[in-house]
Amino acid sequence: MYESNGERYFVVDGHMHYWNAAPDNWVPGAEQYAKGWIECFHAYQGLGPPETHWSLDHFEKYSEDDLMKDVFEDGYVDVAIFQPTYLKEWYKEGFNTTERNALMGEKHPGKFIYNTRFDPRDGDMGLEQLKRNVDRFGSKGLKLYTAEWNNGSRGYKLSDPGAYRYLEAAQNLGIKNIHVHKGPTIWPLDKDAFDVADVDHAATDFPELNFIIEHVGLPRIEDFCFMATQEPNVYAGLAVVIGGLMHARPNFFAKVMGELMFWVGEDKMLFGSDYAIWEPKWQIEGFVNWNYPDREEFSDYPAVTTRSKKKMLGLNAARLYDIEVPAEYQLKDDAQPVAGA
Amino acid sequence: MSAQVTAPREGILRALETVRDPELDEPITSLGFVASCTVSADGDAQVRLRLPTYFCAPNFAYLMVADAYDAVSALPGVRHAEVVLEDHFASDAINGGVAAQAGFARSFDGEAVGELHQLRADFLRKAVMAGTDQVCRPLLAAGTDPAALLAMTLGELPPSRALDRLRSRRAELGLPAGDDAPLLIDPATGVLVEMGALPLHLRRARITRVSIEANSGICRGMLRHRYHTNGQGETVLSSEDS
Repeated sequence: MYESNGERYFVVDGHMHYWNAAPDNWVPGAEQYAKGWIECFHAYQGLGPPETHWSLDHFEKYSEDDLMKDVFEDGYVDVAIFQPTYLKEWYKEGFNTTERNALMGEKHPGKFIYNTRFDPRDGDMGLEQLKRNVDRFGSKGLKLYTAEWNNGSRGYKLSDPGAYRYLEAAQNLGIKNIHVHKGPTIWPLDKDAFDVADVDHAATDFPELNFIIEHVGLPRIEDFCFMATQEPNVYAGLAVVIGGLMHARPNFFAKVMGELMFWVGEDKMLFGSDYAIWEPKWQIEGFVNWNYPDREEFSDYPAVTTRSKKKMLGLNAARLYDIEVPAEYQLKDDAQPVAGA
Repeated sequence: MSAQVTAPREGILRALETVRDPELDEPITSLGFVASCTVSADGDAQVRLRLPTYFCAPNFAYLMVADAYDAVSALPGVRHAEVVLEDHFASDAINGGVAAQAGFARSFDGEAVGELHQLRADFLRKAVMAGTDQVCRPLLAAGTDPAALLAMTLGELPPSRALDRLRSRRAELGLPAGDDAPLLIDPATGVLVEMGALPLHLRRARITRVSIEANSGICRGMLRHRYHTNGQGETVLSSEDS
């Protein structure tokens, strides 16, 4: 919960991790990839305020206590959604698996939601694993990383027949929310790996699933936005937008927020800290106090009000994940103007 | 004194200024991607490139290395050019492929189907959309009626670097770029934008520009975290602009 100017915000961190990227977890022979990946993440952290930067050592492997303090005690988060990333070709136990997340989270009932994942290239075995994970962890959401390396393959499209088979199976298991994270590689490598056209197809063909495009499709925000206007079940995951731009590039941040408000709208934008890339504390404080710079170039963007921020910081995600929100955090009567609007 | 017979280092840097990051539509020099460039008295040029992350997309990385190789090799006085991408997961495939003039598909044997012409054209079209916003925005801010843009030609716009850039990107795509060319066209088809499609066209132009600028801001920040020295010819964004 965050409180500012008499307004109370229920906070759902829609995208966070509990990883182990230390050398003890690197796959022999793939050390350069494991090292390159975590150093790349660490460089993203460099886009946040200097006082929030960690040493690379700490960043590679932080403790359960660190997470609980950074996210819940200091970070205002009420409920956090674990988004697993496996990368088992590079990390022996995986980068952050559903199991690792749940093992930690089970000690803190009510604090976490465990999303799981699939990889359509894993065939029948993968389908069985998906079912086991949903049964065991009660997952309602999946995190899909389409650039994952798997047995010589450098990635997949969500519109591949194999992916559709998995999406159908996931839907039958009760999965509602599909978080899609694009990366730099795909099959074949001559195509744009960040293209979101495959998500467009899947969103049309699976209208009962919600598709949350993480980091708003960055670096293809424009393609993501065109798609989101056409697909009612496509949402914007704000991880990286706030963390990567609000401090480092405030004018670009304002423009990106303005564009998202115009194309996607405040009902379909979800906060995610991307912890441990960035701690939630400064992101939430900064965002609640944020407004467009007072200049002509921002004047025709839709207003970002207290009400918009309450939705983005928690109420939208609570709706998608059936999280109970205490009455004092609910929006007041729709007819009433919101202070600070 | 004998006449200069080899291309001096400055010449190499000028040639590299013509090489762009296809996604960010900016020279690799001003982005800080040129770690070093040297040329020996005999005309052996060596260029080292660097990128913001170890995992930058390999197709775009390949284009930059290959374009840099072509630009430097074409200089009079350069006998031999070597372009090396440092610290990248696909450095070996890219550097070896470019040196052997193998093309993308052969450099990534089994992992790629075709060459990168389509990818390059897709991103040139994005650059045209972003450039459209750059030249239209000042006009709109000065009170030009959006509908009036439909009838305007490139020759009617005040001269600017943004206009030069827009013309150049359109020409690369084979789209009309002369003084009598219409200002607003669909970059995929070259067809004139009509009244009904105008608001969406301008909105798309604007968000494409915002997207490229935001990406550029992130890439520059990542590069600075990774390397603490300026690249050859690097320019730094002012805080007011970013």
